[in-house]
Amino acid sequence: MSTGPRRWTEALRSGLIWGAVAVFLALAGMVEALAGRQVVAGLPSLGVLLPPLSALAAGCHAARRAAGTAAALVHGVVAGTTTGTLVAALVLTGSLLDLRRVFVNASPALFRLLLFDRDLEGAWTPVAAAAVAGVAGAVGTLLPPRFTRAVVTGLAWVLALGLFQELVQLLLVDGTVRTAIRDVLYTTEALSPGGSALVFIVAAAGTWAWATHRSRLHQWAAELPPRPARLLRGLGFVAIAAAMLALPLVAGPFLSHVLVLVGLYVLMGLGLNLEVGFAGLLDLGFVAFFAIGAYTVGLLTSAGGLAVTHLSFWAAVPVAVAVSLIAGVVLGLPVLRIRGDYLAIATLGFGEIIRILVLSDFLRPWLGGSQGVLSIPKPEIFGLELAGPQHLFYLTLAASALVALVAARLRDSRLGRAWMALREDEDVAEAMGINLVNIKLLAYGLGAAFAGVSGALFAVLVGSVFPHSFQLLISINVLALIIVGGMGSMPGVVVGALFLVGLPELLREFSDFRFLIYGAALVIMMQLRPEGLWPAAAVRRELHAGEEMKNVRGPAG
Amino acid sequence: MRGGWPDKLSPVDAVLWGFRLVVLVLVVWGTIGTVLAAKYSGEVWLDFLVFGLSQGSIYALIALGYTMVYGILRMINFAHGEVFMAGAYTAYFVADALARSGHLDRYPLPSLLLVLAVSMTTSTLVGVLLERVAYRPLRHAPRLVPLIAAIGASFFLQYAFRGLYGSGFKAYPEPDILKGVWTFAGVRILKTQAVVLVAAVIMMLGLYAFVMKTKTGTAMRAVAEDLEAAALMGINVDRIIVTTFAVGAAMAGAAGLLYALVFKQVHFFMGFVPGIKAFTAAVLGGIGNIPGAMLGGLFLGLVESVGPILFLDGLGIVAPYQLKDVIAFTMLVMVLIFRPSGLLGERLAVKKA
Repeated sequence: MSTGPRRWTEALRSGLIWGAVAVFLALAGMVEALAGRQVVAGLPSLGVLLPPLSALAAGCHAARRAAGTAAALVHGVVAGTTTGTLVAALVLTGSLLDLRRVFVNASPALFRLLLFDRDLEGAWTPVAAAAVAGVAGAVGTLLPPRFTRAVVTGLAWVLALGLFQELVQLLLVDGTVRTAIRDVLYTTEALSPGGSALVFIVAAAGTWAWATHRSRLHQWAAELPPRPARLLRGLGFVAIAAAMLALPLVAGPFLSHVLVLVGLYVLMGLGLNLEVGFAGLLDLGFVAFFAIGAYTVGLLTSAGGLAVTHLSFWAAVPVAVAVSLIAGVVLGLPVLRIRGDYLAIATLGFGEIIRILVLSDFLRPWLGGSQGVLSIPKPEIFGLELAGPQHLFYLTLAASALVALVAARLRDSRLGRAWMALREDEDVAEAMGINLVNIKLLAYGLGAAFAGVSGALFAVLVGSVFPHSFQLLISINVLALIIVGGMGSMPGVVVGALFLVGLPELLREFSDFRFLIYGAALVIMMQLRPEGLWPAAAVRRELHAGEEMKNVRGPAG
Repeated sequence: MRGGWPDKLSPVDAVLWGFRLVVLVLVVWGTIGTVLAAKYSGEVWLDFLVFGLSQGSIYALIALGYTMVYGILRMINFAHGEVFMAGAYTAYFVADALARSGHLDRYPLPSLLLVLAVSMTTSTLVGVLLERVAYRPLRHAPRLVPLIAAIGASFFLQYAFRGLYGSGFKAYPEPDILKGVWTFAGVRILKTQAVVLVAAVIMMLGLYAFVMKTKTGTAMRAVAEDLEAAALMGINVDRIIVTTFAVGAAMAGAAGLLYALVFKQVHFFMGFVPGIKAFTAAVLGGIGNIPGAMLGGLFLGLVESVGPILFLDGLGIVAPYQLKDVIAFTMLVMVLIFRPSGLLGERLAVKKA
């Protein structure tokens, strides 16, 4: 560590950075949007807590670099106070100038929230709160990591149960036991103080116990003789399957709709994962295949005027898959020789070309232009119409399971290995005798086919197909979810879809900030955890090898 | 190629040749159709030509940022379009305030220069921050990692500015001196377009002089040539990279104002499509090549403005102008496939790509 004055400026710098973050969150509208989200009854709302949370992060950040307990605490105070000062400065500026002319969210209501519901004479409150939060952050770095982890996990559970209180309460409506649980945990619209304490204690104690006993549990599982081990795995699998099957019954129509959306993104994610994750071909025009699947089903089954024939859904799906597959190969052919980031841009170009063509008046007589294809009938099975999202959930689940199985088999096949060789080094793969043309076209075609399945399901879910549903943003969305989940990792796709598609649907306040958060998530993931939340084994190894290389190279450049 | 029969046409080559042929036939057929139909007078063509040139000069200014960054870091700064948007959008508030107070019409030149300065400064700030926060930590990461971070940064910036400034379109004020037309030797030309064209050319010449004549410019070229050797020669590579981002971003900021003058509105999503097109222009001219970017930009602007009526109208396509982006994107894909080294560039493409 360096000498006195430099350390001071470092603490100040953390404070300034996080203060800027807090000011940005306030001006971008997050504070106000989340002000309605009460996590624990009686405490400030989540929105109001954002600036102190930034200060907490600042304190943490500053204290990490300090040497010694006292220095860490002082740095925490300095960083926190700086953060708070910036927030207070924003409020004061806002009271002097009409910031609203530029920043749409800089309303008096926002400033009142930042001052914890006080008038201007309370301008000291954000500073004080931030100083306290800064110290708390510093203390967090000083405690033993096991303890900090338990506390953080406990708080995370409180936050999760508080944020999703509507849903959780919805699940706890009937049944005496469930009602009793609800009465302990919740007031009408937030966690009760007692309930939150209970959640916190249980979660923290659980984490603590898990940390203590984890190694023993692992050892026990490893030493099990093969037959009980297999039995245990089988039981786990059956339990998961049963839970999935029962899910829509418990969840109700709204949650089922969200789950179907997650399922559609899982399907697309599995497809793009073949291209990006397995074969390393970054495709930004992926939404085109989703659109092709949806339009094929629309045109083949629709009761409207644009329909080509009136097939049943079941007959149309194989056609949609075939058409997407062919489209994948056809669009893959010209870009066979392009590599790396040029490939990303070229595929983006293709995706946009297809979207503009579909939208144009030129193709309107066939594809309906901006009005799209309407009145697509729901699928029927044995005379039963799969109308609501609860029914479609099963369809999506079945499709996802099938596609996941196919993807897993592909990954472990000769073809999968060839893809990974291609991802690692195209020239070496070719030198090893891999037919690059074939395996690339297979990656494009199969990935597109998966997206086609997803598009077909989307068409019947919504009942109509519009070009506006197929923006580039969907491609980015799918890319983001496989990256957040972990490139090349199939459970990662599910995790990513739940986080990036499921969460914003459930937290309405977040949906405005969805792409802001996606963007930030992509940048942050690339820096901190490029392997994703649930990484594939091979990718993790590769990235860590890269890190070692970097260390050897030293700080130059 | 594989197998070692260079004289035998591989199926992939056949497909690529087929693709070329189809595009060529469509273009020729459409052109002949349009020329035979003679639907448009010479004056209309001239208008399209001038419009294309002024639009192309804006693309060229943005393309400079892509090309300089790619030249040094071999990465596509996908968020460059957002850097352009940031300048134009922020400068809108200054322009709006000046227009309200009447200064924009009373002192047009100083006012416009002030707006230009604000636009360039904002873009520069955003560009430098982008480099520092999003790209610098990833300089030694595998190739796709910075690209994905750049895509993330692009969306982050779009929605950050949407959050800050709101999601509506804002009408850019139009100064009185830029309304109306000038006539040069019988050629009628919109004042805005003439000013945009001239301003863009001046900026580009300035940049070219900066890169070729100053010490910093020489250092930039050295780093682009060989980063490690330049570092060994005592060049502060980090500083040169930041300077490159800053200069590229400043050009994008200037382009932002010019774009706003031509199209008279700003929006948080306005940077995306011009960004992609400017990238097309950069690739077209040979990425890493500064005069190439300028040429590519002008060429793309021309094709995009003349193309719909020249190629598509003759094919009997209704509302050809809806498909003007299709022409730009087709050109992008064609260049990437058939001549990734661009019109002027001969190095790169295989070297590190």
